[in-house]
Amino acid sequence: MSDTGIGAAVRRKEDARFLTGTGRYTDDITRPDQLHAHFVRSPLARAVIRKIDTGAADKAPGVVAVLTGKELADDKVGGLPCGWLIHSKDGSPMKEPPHPPLAVTEVRYVGDAVAVVVAESRQQAKDAAQLVAVDYEELAAMASMEAALAEGAPQVHAEAPGNICFDWEIGDEAATKAAFEKAAHVAKLDLVNQRLIPNAIEPRAAIAEYDRASDTTTVWTTSQNPHVARLLMAAFVMGLPEHKLRVIAPDVGGGFGSKIFLYAEEVVVTWAARRLARPVKWTAERSESFQTDAHGRDHITHAELALDEDGKFLGLRVDTKANLGAYLSTFGSSIPTYLYATLLAGCYTTPAIYANVKAVFTHTTPVDAVRGAGRPEAAFLLERLVDVAAREMGIDRVEIRRKNFITNFPYQTPVALEYDAGDYVAALDKALDLADWKGFEARRAEAKKRGRLRGIGLSTFVEACGIAPSAVAGALGARAGLFESGQIRVHPTGSVTVYTGSHSHGQGHETTFAQLVSEFLGVDIDQVDVVHGDTEQVAFGMGTYGSRSAAVGGSALYMAMQKVIEKGTKIAAHLMEASPADVEFDKGTFRVKGTDKTKAFAEVSLAAYVPHDYPADLEPGLDETAFYDPKNFTFPAGAHVVEVEVDPETGVVELVSVACADDVGTVINPMIVDGQMHGGLAHGIGQALLEHARYDDSGQLLTGSYMSYSMPRASDLPSFKLGHSITACTHNPLGVKGVGEVGSIGVPPAVINAVVDALADLGVKHVDMPATPERVWRHIQQAQA
Amino acid sequence: MPTVTLRVNGKERTAEIDVRTLLVDLLRERLQLTGTHVGCDTSQCGACTVLVEGRSVKSCTTLALDAEGADVTTIEGLSTNGRLHPMQAAFKEHHGLQCGFCTPGMVLSAVDLASRNGRPSEAEVRKWLDGNLCRCTGYHNIVKAVQAGAQAMGG
Repeated sequence: MSDTGIGAAVRRKEDARFLTGTGRYTDDITRPDQLHAHFVRSPLARAVIRKIDTGAADKAPGVVAVLTGKELADDKVGGLPCGWLIHSKDGSPMKEPPHPPLAVTEVRYVGDAVAVVVAESRQQAKDAAQLVAVDYEELAAMASMEAALAEGAPQVHAEAPGNICFDWEIGDEAATKAAFEKAAHVAKLDLVNQRLIPNAIEPRAAIAEYDRASDTTTVWTTSQNPHVARLLMAAFVMGLPEHKLRVIAPDVGGGFGSKIFLYAEEVVVTWAARRLARPVKWTAERSESFQTDAHGRDHITHAELALDEDGKFLGLRVDTKANLGAYLSTFGSSIPTYLYATLLAGCYTTPAIYANVKAVFTHTTPVDAVRGAGRPEAAFLLERLVDVAAREMGIDRVEIRRKNFITNFPYQTPVALEYDAGDYVAALDKALDLADWKGFEARRAEAKKRGRLRGIGLSTFVEACGIAPSAVAGALGARAGLFESGQIRVHPTGSVTVYTGSHSHGQGHETTFAQLVSEFLGVDIDQVDVVHGDTEQVAFGMGTYGSRSAAVGGSALYMAMQKVIEKGTKIAAHLMEASPADVEFDKGTFRVKGTDKTKAFAEVSLAAYVPHDYPADLEPGLDETAFYDPKNFTFPAGAHVVEVEVDPETGVVELVSVACADDVGTVINPMIVDGQMHGGLAHGIGQALLEHARYDDSGQLLTGSYMSYSMPRASDLPSFKLGHSITACTHNPLGVKGVGEVGSIGVPPAVINAVVDALADLGVKHVDMPATPERVWRHIQQAQA
Repeated sequence: MPTVTLRVNGKERTAEIDVRTLLVDLLRERLQLTGTHVGCDTSQCGACTVLVEGRSVKSCTTLALDAEGADVTTIEGLSTNGRLHPMQAAFKEHHGLQCGFCTPGMVLSAVDLASRNGRPSEAEVRKWLDGNLCRCTGYHNIVKAVQAGAQAMGG
């Protein structure tokens, strides 16, 4: 390990600007002569738009234009597309109703935009928006899946009878039925995986500017994947050639999935800037973020696990209803299907699995990926169900997991995935050790003396990252590739600019990717800059989501560096009058094997750009690009142990200890990896104990601000105990798997298993998330009644 | 329109402003000090925290006119001659930031804490940061950074 290569806890290169206020986020950008947009949004969840009167707003001070869906349609701007086609079990394609950026005939959720006011100042646009008079005919909203699925319920979209977008299945139904018929015990569980609001601290924003001279439009936007935004906006929505649309995602203040998707506001701002021939800027107010950032989770599930008399899992049957909200968000259809039900084997050898997922339209904000995206739902279901089975059968919770672990790799699950590597036993042992599992009963007894109910909970889980390969995903309905691009531009004096299609919005790529260059090319990391987030500078990219950047983006950079070394070897061989086959490269030096004849990396790069003494058949320059399409997903896994104390008088759950042993593959920067773990754990604990997006029956969002939606605060959390239990990914050149979502996937079931353990003696079998004081108190009261 | 005169990062600044202008808008839009961020509209997230007379204040709920004559420090004014303030350095050393959006508010809030309590315990830091939301770090490393920064400031 070098001081700055793989494995080094290098302090982050990007921190200097973030710590001194010189970061450049979208809202920090001001363009000359820019206008400001403010959206007029529906206050109703379901209504017919009878009329929009813009007269008073048009005349308000500073107003340049008030635009509605009619003008958008007149200019032939299309609806927002969905990036993944799911087929129902009867073979029919999912229902894809139109998703207009500005609603024209009907609004379908509170926050659905109906008009945009563009004015000289932000305040003028906001003031004038109050003057836009929309005549709504309010209709009864289907604000929950229960309402939308009720017999005879009105349709959210005419295209989707019964409000079903698709009715999808995976696994072998007959084999699963047979497994249940021979079971000694069947554990059953009904559970809710509640709706979450992503809440990146930077609100979404966009500025668009049209340059008449070059006929080019530039959009600065808060995106995790600017090339995807460009592709969707240019090719599918606006009908622009891609080379005439430049999308820049500058510093982005957190994503957590919510900034993957193409949103209405980005389209409208881009269209308005072209139409008005002036830059147009929009920044969400937090209340708009709550209403319009795509939400996450929102499943209702019934699950059954069949076991033999020894506690071996025989079969798993899952029936899930997944809320998609009012419209299909960009990847909304893929989350409750291929990112969820394919993970239902978990760490276990369950031979037969069958899952049925019905995706439902409701009059609520669209639902899509939020940190974990489908995999937390799978892990929560499975790890709760395993605990229920263990309790019912009187088997130790740790032993039932050990008994069913997959131990031989590669392992083909009955739900499509092939796990390449892992060591679930090692991770479990490490986590139990970190948590002092053995000493728990003494701590429980001590807490009891203080009147507290202490519980300990465990989850052992696997997840899937770096979704791939493109051809397989395409066969399953993906409408995009799943590769990544990387370019290594070596400058004449040996410094390096890295261009990556991955996008950093907190993950620290500017440091991690520089470490890869330090490791493989031997270049000092201070001589390496990483460029990302600009479609004009980076050839192409799929961006950052699903914990893919190191596994896919990092691997692309590795491949590009191999090309640099290959070409450099030819140049060095020429300079040293040797055969390329006799030249080796290590730590920044080309050497004729077995001799002291060497050329430094910078000597070779200089020769590449000043090719006076140079191989005759070789192009000058040292600038290489690679596109990497992975062979498989990666499979991070881990074991999380959580200890809680419940106050039986108040229902308050105190988090006493969180101990984790994770297998995230090769660790490039342990400081950054641990930081990702901490953040994921906080997000997962937020889901387990605090966060819940709630609507009333009329579709009003009850949790529309930080006053009513409970975000994890510093005082809600303990410090975390982290251990690693690493196995390398076998199919990418770095051995990395991914870390960004591990915490939010693994920890929620561990928290709830601990809460249930604390309350088990009272007869409590299950507690839904979030385990708020009120909910826990009610369980205690009911159990004692 | 009235004018407001205040000292920002040691320099006297005067601006003619609409009476409803918030301090954060004066800083970001008129003085181009975009290191101060806006993350919410209910005074909860703390991304807009600045120091007014050395005390942490949410600039999204302070009228610019209320800062008349005040000494205001933003994140841009914390380092001197290109050298990071000890609290900034501690955030870097302990990886107390990821996306950087909440960071200016976190750092300035921490500076205020350190000026009152040079050796804050973990629990004291966590309680103090109740008004600063971070979605990236889980606060684990922020707490370590604030303790180290307070100590480096002379606590």
